[in-house]
Amino acid sequence: MTKLEDTAAEVAVSFNDVAVRFDTGNGIITALENITLDIPVGGFVTMLGPSGCGKSTLLRTAADLTPFAEGDVTVFGQTPAEARKNRDMSFVFQDATLLAWRNAIENVRLPLEVGGGKTQPGSASPEELLDLVGLKGRENAMPHELSGGMRQRVAIARALVTAPRLLLMDEPFGALDEITRDGLNVELLRIWKETGTTIIFVTHSIPESAFLGQKVLMLEANPGRVREYFDVDLAYPRKLPDRDTAEFVAIAAHLRAQLETC
Amino acid sequence: MSTRGTALRAGEAPREKASLGMALFWWVYDRILPISGGLSLLLLWQFTIWFFDVRPFIAPSPIDVGKAIVEDWSILLDNFWQTLIEAVAGFVIGNIVAILLAIAFVHNKTVDKAYFPTAVFINTIPIIAVAPILVMIFGNGYTPKVFIAALICFFPTLVNMKRGLEAVSPASLDLMRILSAGKSEVFWKLRIQSSLPFLFAALKIASTTCVIGAIVGEWVGSNYGLGALILEASYNYRAPQLYAAVTMAAGMAVTFFGLVILLERKIITWNPSQNH
Repeated sequence: MTKLEDTAAEVAVSFNDVAVRFDTGNGIITALENITLDIPVGGFVTMLGPSGCGKSTLLRTAADLTPFAEGDVTVFGQTPAEARKNRDMSFVFQDATLLAWRNAIENVRLPLEVGGGKTQPGSASPEELLDLVGLKGRENAMPHELSGGMRQRVAIARALVTAPRLLLMDEPFGALDEITRDGLNVELLRIWKETGTTIIFVTHSIPESAFLGQKVLMLEANPGRVREYFDVDLAYPRKLPDRDTAEFVAIAAHLRAQLETC
Repeated sequence: MSTRGTALRAGEAPREKASLGMALFWWVYDRILPISGGLSLLLLWQFTIWFFDVRPFIAPSPIDVGKAIVEDWSILLDNFWQTLIEAVAGFVIGNIVAILLAIAFVHNKTVDKAYFPTAVFINTIPIIAVAPILVMIFGNGYTPKVFIAALICFFPTLVNMKRGLEAVSPASLDLMRILSAGKSEVFWKLRIQSSLPFLFAALKIASTTCVIGAIVGEWVGSNYGLGALILEASYNYRAPQLYAAVTMAAGMAVTFFGLVILLERKIITWNPSQNH
């Protein structure tokens, strides 16, 4: 590797004065404006903000799902479309989005069957990944036989099957009950540590954003702008009871105060 | 996950299915009511004919119809096969054309805009009015009957298949885009499977209407098939034979319907209500 590539590799995703506008048919709506920030390689950044602030939209620009009107987005030094074709990133949706006619292992295998089936070096087998997300033995279960939490685990295994360098997660645990969500938060931190992948995670839960992220990116609405790019000063590994410590409570209180004035 | 089954009342025992004998008992129990319901209506019919002394050429009793089925079995069967060939050919052709057109409409908005309104218009023409036109064009052979049977199957399948192919969630399309899947991969891995529940809903309709189509075709110009036999029997006041032919036609439709359901159970092994 040349030196130039090394320096470029320190930033996973770079947003440079990005603006996203939607043509609603009777006027142009600015969803995001003046977004400039870097997501470090190997980092875990959570995104928080009032509804309609464009958190998901920002995530989708990096995934090449939503085009941007101004500025520049790069993913490992490439355009989002190049990164997508290169299988540098995976996306986890709020809904597990499993194909109902495929069992768990076949759903995890889907990325290997379409779009050229390319994976990044060091990819694990679908079987190993189901084991990683705690679903060993449920390979042949159909989606309707799995609980909401288990379906989301399958979706995470599917996202990891290409060994992506970047994992984009759009409120992946938003529809789950609190106990299941807590369990998956702990597992996600473990998976992050084991795989070393960069994660951008959209949520509307303040505790979740502070518990998971090294940094919390808070957006404000109308139009969506960066309010704060906050460093969460808590050491890893983090455990669920850590959420009751004074430090955590203070961080959550700060984020809540910021969110309320957005 | 939603709760399944029946809530038990206080003191109510659950259905015992542990042994093969009990399982058989419940299997018979579940079928005995619908069968005895149907039999009771047949008995009522038989009794009414006896009680009011209705003459057979006005309305025959079930026993008269049964006798006619036995006596005229070879005539009925000959005509049954003719109608069956027309209905099956119409079913296959009508549905294949509808499926292919639905695929074309979903993939090409211009074709959709240009031809879908015409397809809707064709559907509004009463099938019985189209029949003479087709007989004038194609003559008295199989062709107009197959054409009518195909035409009657065509529209429900076209509409349902089109809806089914479009019934993929935006999130699964996003997923396929993230995976850089091509149009044909989206079609084979996503659209086809999510259209299947819609397709089978249409095939169930078509399985009975194709028999109607074949019979209507035979009414307009034919001297064979159950449709022709129905007309001939009614002109000659052979009511038992008329009813026997109608019974054969109904039996054909029910059989087709059952076969489609069997095929559906074999193919759709997932739960379509969670199709996302």
